[in-house]
Amino acid sequence: MSSIGTGYDLSCTTYSPDGRVFQVEYATKAVDNSGTAVGIKVKDGVVMGVEKLVMSKMLEPGSSRRIFTVDEHIGVAVAGLSADGRHLVKRCRSDAVDYRDFYQDSIPVHVLTDRISSYVQAYTLYSELRPFGCSLLIAGWDVKGPRLFMVEPSGISWGYFGCAIGKGRQACKTEIEKLNLKEMTCREAITEIAKIIEMVHDDSKDKTYELELSWVCEESQHKHTLVPAELREQAIKSAKAALEDEAMTE
Amino acid sequence: MAEEHGREGEHMTGTSIIAVAFDGGVVLGADSRTTTGSLIANRVTNKIQPVADNIFCCRSGSSADTETIADYVTYILKIHCSETGDAPTVHTASTLFRQLCYQNKQLLANIICAGWDEIDGGSVYTVPLGGTLVKAPYAIGGSGSTYIFGYCDAHYKPGMTREETLDFVTKALTFMMARDGSSGGLIRTVVVDKDGVHRSMIPGDKLFRVWVG
Repeated sequence: MSSIGTGYDLSCTTYSPDGRVFQVEYATKAVDNSGTAVGIKVKDGVVMGVEKLVMSKMLEPGSSRRIFTVDEHIGVAVAGLSADGRHLVKRCRSDAVDYRDFYQDSIPVHVLTDRISSYVQAYTLYSELRPFGCSLLIAGWDVKGPRLFMVEPSGISWGYFGCAIGKGRQACKTEIEKLNLKEMTCREAITEIAKIIEMVHDDSKDKTYELELSWVCEESQHKHTLVPAELREQAIKSAKAALEDEAMTE
Repeated sequence: MAEEHGREGEHMTGTSIIAVAFDGGVVLGADSRTTTGSLIANRVTNKIQPVADNIFCCRSGSSADTETIADYVTYILKIHCSETGDAPTVHTASTLFRQLCYQNKQLLANIICAGWDEIDGGSVYTVPLGGTLVKAPYAIGGSGSTYIFGYCDAHYKPGMTREETLDFVTKALTFMMARDGSSGGLIRTVVVDKDGVHRSMIPGDKLFRVWVG
């Protein structure tokens, strides 16, 4: 799948003979090397989970966040270069509040996604700027109900029922496809996400991880928040138990 | 005040405008007189302008200012809706009127924005001179409105049907035009509901006779 674009990969302003912009593809590699982020849109909301790899035992739990609230009703999960992600989150927050100031209304999720995609795409046009090395999962609730989008370094964005980015994304996607998302509730989704991330986490290659979970749903009054601590603990326990059961029956 | 900023001899809509919401839509009404000093520059003016298929505004104040503001709102609304992919809402249109009026205080505009959308049904917003935004069950504006505050207080009631609302609007305009020298001509009404727009007109000599002694 990966190919080297020798000679055609030095800048964003160069196409390869087969029509690729390699710098943008290399930016996507930065995303693929990061801890997995998953989002699923279910009957009553959207849940996002991030496999936050713990680099050192000295780190305070809950620091170095990868899920951010950008407006009351919208949250963003980041995979890739976290500093780039922080910049895009800042931009999302600013877009959301400017929209609210002018239109006196909360920004629809797909409008925010479109604007941030255009912003990301602008950084793929010039040789003096590098593309953003991060992908965003954007989860929110607006007049159309629960919404989930993903923006990648090229500036492409799609709407999803279920989406995964980062190193475990292939395995995650396989698991998500097995789920019946239309009938699932957010409470069930939390456990499923905890399970999926536990499954794709590679203990041998990586150190421990912290699971960051957030949702925007009926229960959270359509506001994006981190999943309450007790529910999160419960989900992690159920996930581990379910996986042990499955391991034993195999 | 008309003499400032080169406004001498400017077209003014000394006006009677009104908009009333009912369950399922709104009725907008206006007179048809535009004056330049004591000359009636236009006696068949249309002061009710669409800014979208389902949203209209009644204009009073300076004709030039209000026409331009309404044109800007139409333009911004169109672009906004093609970005969001959704139909325009009365709330958004009214907010745009307010932004323009508030940020440009030198404009002389008193605008009533009303229409029907799927989210709020029929709604009426008024943007008076300073650029505040007020949502109300009904709104009256223009120089003629000063004469019928008591009439509206006495005769408006919530929960009117479409016919009762049209009748209320027509009577209110008749009384406004009977006492305000800057209002007159004919009555134009626009009814907006989920099925669309219905425009109507009552010539000045067909209005019911107000007792003149």
